[in-house]
This record gives sequence, structure tokens and C-alpha cells, in this order.
Amino acid sequence: MPETQEANLSPETVLGELLKNGVTHVVWLPDSETNWLYLLMKAEPRLTLVPVSREGQAFSTAAGLSVGGKKPVILIQNTGLMESGDSLRGWGLGMNIPVVMMVGYRGWTRHGVTTDTAATYTERFIYAFGINYYLVENNSDASRISVAFEEAEKTKRPVAVLVGDEYHGFTAR
Amino acid sequence: MRMLNMADVLNVIQPHRGNSIVVPGRAGRHWVKISTKPTRDVPLGDPAMGGHASFAFGLALAQPKEKVVIFDSEGDILMNLGALPTIAELAPKNFYHILLDNEVYGTTGGQPVPNSKVNEYDVMAKACGYPHTYRFDDLEEFSNQVGEILHTDGPVFIWIKVRPEIENLPINQRVRWNTRPRDQVLRDVKKEMGVRA
Repeated sequence: MPETQEANLSPETVLGELLKNGVTHVVWLPDSETNWLYLLMKAEPRLTLVPVSREGQAFSTAAGLSVGGKKPVILIQNTGLMESGDSLRGWGLGMNIPVVMMVGYRGWTRHGVTTDTAATYTERFIYAFGINYYLVENNSDASRISVAFEEAEKTKRPVAVLVGDEYHGFTAR
Repeated sequence: MRMLNMADVLNVIQPHRGNSIVVPGRAGRHWVKISTKPTRDVPLGDPAMGGHASFAFGLALAQPKEKVVIFDSEGDILMNLGALPTIAELAPKNFYHILLDNEVYGTTGGQPVPNSKVNEYDVMAKACGYPHTYRFDDLEEFSNQVGEILHTDGPVFIWIKVRPEIENLPINQRVRWNTRPRDQVLRDVKKEMGVRA
């Protein structure tokens, strides 16, 4: 019998982690996996959504929020993370911003060989910046999100949460 | 439009900044000599091009009781034009976006930015939804109006053409204008805003 991967990271679980960790602002650009989460976040009065047009904008915006005493989270896809390199360097690492970036891991798979170069380069990109990351694939991994928040605060650096999405990730209901 | 002297423009703004938090961007080289409230200034040098306005916008969102003034450049704005709709959508009333447009990349030798003579940045900001936009090419006129404008609810956008100040020295030979290291700048402004360092 083939081994299957549980792909059940519910948007409610992710939202619960954000709230539990005191997130005030979600700086984000949608990806194909986050629509249900978007609807939940939009309905959540404790969160302010800050939509950006390109992911690099997210890091400078989050830096301003953080210096101003708020707790942003950055919610983007791996493609956008790669687009954001200089902003991550300058506004995230260079400013010692303790921010968690939740990154949709497009192309991630535990089976076979991914053909999506977005996935091929994601972890190499993160390694290049010396950023730590946690892989979250289902609800049982969700506590890693809190670990990422704690680590970001402790180290005063960005920390990544890679959201594995082999089947349907955030869209699971 | 006529081009004004950048330091003259900043000297006109200075008495009207009140208690604002000022993010001076690339105008920092002048502002650090002009400002009378350095601990309420956030001169960061250039963490990464294109991000100054978004940083200041984030500050304004986080601190709605503080007036936040950003001196932006046209090169930065063009690199991140998508910031304008974000700012306009969230529309912080305490956000004052002042563009000092010298039409060139001044720190790389003065090459023109794309379509430098044609771009109308106040029109761009207006089209993105900034409720109040202005343009000035006369120092006296600006001087007469800036006080009132800085008391208008934001987001406000002001477009001013300034004369280029070109740097051609290799980067490692340039004089650093920052008077405080970045960590100190951030500690100071956080203290001013009552934010835990």
C-alpha cells in the first residue's frame, strides 16, 4: 500500500498560530494556496491586512511596522521570496527585524522529483541568506509556527516557515 | 518644472515638521545638518533601494498618533511604484510623502531615470488614490503652503523637482553623512515613540 502524506494544514490552524503569537499585521501577496486563509484573516478584527504589489515591498513595510512596535508577519510564496532578495537583505536582515515569513512552498513534494524550479531553488535561496526555516505540512506541524516566532524574537532576525503544499494546503476545509 | 535646491526645500520644511517622525531617505545627507530633532529622525542610509516609503508607511500604520514624513526619491519610487496603491488603500492619516525628484540616479553618476522628463509623480499618486497631492517648483509658494499641507489629513503626496547632486567618487571614498549608526537611530526613535527596544 503506498504511503500517503497527510495534507491537512487548515487555515483555521494557521490563523490560530498567528493570533496566539500576537501578530497585528499581515503583510501579504496572495498565492494560489491562501484564499481560505485570506477570508479568515479578513474577518478577524485583531489583524490588519496590508496587501503589497511585489514581495520586496513586504520586507520594508514589515520593518516599519516592527520598528513602530507592531508585530507583522509576511505571507508570500517562494517565487516572491526569491524576488525579494535585496529587500530581505537590507530591510530584514540589515535592520535586525524579528519577523516570521510564511512562505508557500510551491512545487514541494515528498514523492519523486519536483519539476517546479520554484521548489528547486527555495531552500538554496534561504541557505544563501543564512536564514533558519521550519517546514509545516499539516496541522500536527503547526506548533513549529510558534517556534519560528519565538526564534525570530530571540535572534532579532527573519525566520521562515515553509508551507508544504503537496495536495491542497491552506485550501483544505 | 523648475528645479529647486534640495537643501533650500528641506530648510523650508524644517520649522513645520513639528514633532513629526522624519524618514529622510536619500535627503538624509542634508537633513542631518538641518534637523533640530535628530532623535525623531530615522536616517537609515540605504538599506535597499525602493523601500524607504514602505518603511515609513509601516511606521505610520504602527504609530497612528505620530505624524510620519518621508523624503523619497524618484528612483526609489520607480523601483517600487506598487507601494503607492498599498499606501492609498490603507490611507494612514499621519503619512506625508514628499518626493524630491532630481530626474537622475545621483549616487551612480547622474544617469537619467526612465522617462525622467515626462513622469508626473503627483498624477501617479493621485491615480493610485492619494487624496491630497501637490506639486511645487517655486520655493516661496512652497514655503507659504507647506505648513497648512502638513496639517492636512494624509496620506499627502508632494512632488518637488530638485537639482541633481551627483556623486562620482568610488563608494569606498565617499564621506559617510550619517552621524549615528543605524542601531542607534532605531533605538532613539523607538524611545521617542515609546516602543520597547
